[in-house]
Amino acid sequence: MAKITYIEHDGTEHVVDVKTGLTVMEGAVKNNIPGIDADCGGACACATCHVYVDDAWKDKTGESSAMEESMLDFAENVEPNSRLSCQIKVTDELEGLIVRMPESQH
Amino acid sequence: MSDLGAHVVILGAGHAGGTAAALLRQYGHTGPITLIGDEPLAPYQRPPLSKAWLKGEADADSLALKPLEFYAEHQIDFRPNTRAVKLARADKVVTLADGQTLTYDVLILATGARAIKLPVPGAELAGLLELRTAADAEALKAAVGPGKRLAVVGGGYIGLEVAASGRALGAEVVVIEREQRLLARVACESLSDFFRGVHETHGVIFEMGASVTGFVGEDGHVTGVTLADGRTVPCDAAVIGVGATPNDELAADCGLDTARGVVVDLEARTSDPSIFAIGDVAHRPMPIYDRMFRMESVPNALEQAKQAASAITGRPAPAGEVPWQWSDQYDLKLQIAGYAFDADEVLLRGDPATGKFAVFHLKGDQIQSVEAINSPPEFMMGKQLIGNRKPVSKAKLVDLSVSMKEVVA
Repeated sequence: MAKITYIEHDGTEHVVDVKTGLTVMEGAVKNNIPGIDADCGGACACATCHVYVDDAWKDKTGESSAMEESMLDFAENVEPNSRLSCQIKVTDELEGLIVRMPESQH
Repeated sequence: MSDLGAHVVILGAGHAGGTAAALLRQYGHTGPITLIGDEPLAPYQRPPLSKAWLKGEADADSLALKPLEFYAEHQIDFRPNTRAVKLARADKVVTLADGQTLTYDVLILATGARAIKLPVPGAELAGLLELRTAADAEALKAAVGPGKRLAVVGGGYIGLEVAASGRALGAEVVVIEREQRLLARVACESLSDFFRGVHETHGVIFEMGASVTGFVGEDGHVTGVTLADGRTVPCDAAVIGVGATPNDELAADCGLDTARGVVVDLEARTSDPSIFAIGDVAHRPMPIYDRMFRMESVPNALEQAKQAASAITGRPAPAGEVPWQWSDQYDLKLQIAGYAFDADEVLLRGDPATGKFAVFHLKGDQIQSVEAINSPPEFMMGKQLIGNRKPVSKAKLVDLSVSMKEVVA
């Protein structure tokens, strides 16, 4: 279990406990947090679960795969700390993780 | 006119119905929501059933759209194991299979589609499977494994995904397809050939141009699939994936407009203003192609759930989308955007031999659809071009030395 803070583009914060083994995307979707659409359910096929990972967490959230990089490259409003949240597995190490959401997922 | 306190009854607890319920709450709907599903499970994702789930890489928890407690926490009255049998529009009353009645202010039909059955002798044998539900997938999982012989009737996406998962689990797999090529209804020839080659490399056997005339069995269990040329393909189980038909009878019976699916407008509203239809059951307009059709895909279910939830809660309609879908087989990711309506030219970008290429279908100099294999840039940029209808330079499109960003620029 890790406590994760999801911050919507308008600043609304959602703090939830996410089970280890789920992805950061699943943590948002299963808690009905708006702002992460995740149309493909985690298949790395749609880039609608885009988040910005707080710099302090960049190492702990791991490297993105070539497929993820490639999808992100064509998403909107991409920043150096952009990730697809379906590709970040929740571990105990991520206790306290903060992710922010872009204005839209298209 | 929206009424946030209205009683919304949703018939069908699949991807579309489950998403509509959750979005209604997210959009501020305060009135009662009743979600009726004919399966024992709360809404779950179906795509992994033929892939990760079949291979044991996903469990029931990870399949679920929301945890079960979500529904109670959000005052969504989820009722599994039942279905609507009658709809009385004048009184706004739905009768359920168990005899209970529900009065609605707003109704959402999300009844989905069901697998088409082959009308041939032997179709009642045990071991003949389809793949629509988690229960179907459970039965299939039990039927595949090392040394087991699996016949797959139908070389569409479901059939091919099952074939790939079957091989991964060590089963012998024969795919029986009526047409001369795979994915005949949905993909172009180069893609059909590519997929056949990949599956053959992984040991799948194909019977092309083969009509199934029946199933034979012993002790009530299937042992083979008989073909029109008289041969029998021996098997321990067979999966039938030959398409689906919309569950639109409830709507048709009460006089709603239907056309192989329930006819809806851009808000997902049917010919009755109190009734919406979303997902596989809906026959919907698609402005970028200036036509109406029915789609069976998760992105479509989500989009229409958004349309209906927005209309019901008085939010502006979501911006028009480009339909898309995906399929995973072995280490291949296929992403498709758009539909090749009225296409007059097919352009290949990249070399299929590299396992990384895209097929663009054009009408004049506009892209109608793209099928991208392990090629996210082509998919993402192609999807954008389909949406904005911008003319494209064909010379640049087929030139791999020109990046997709430059093609779009």
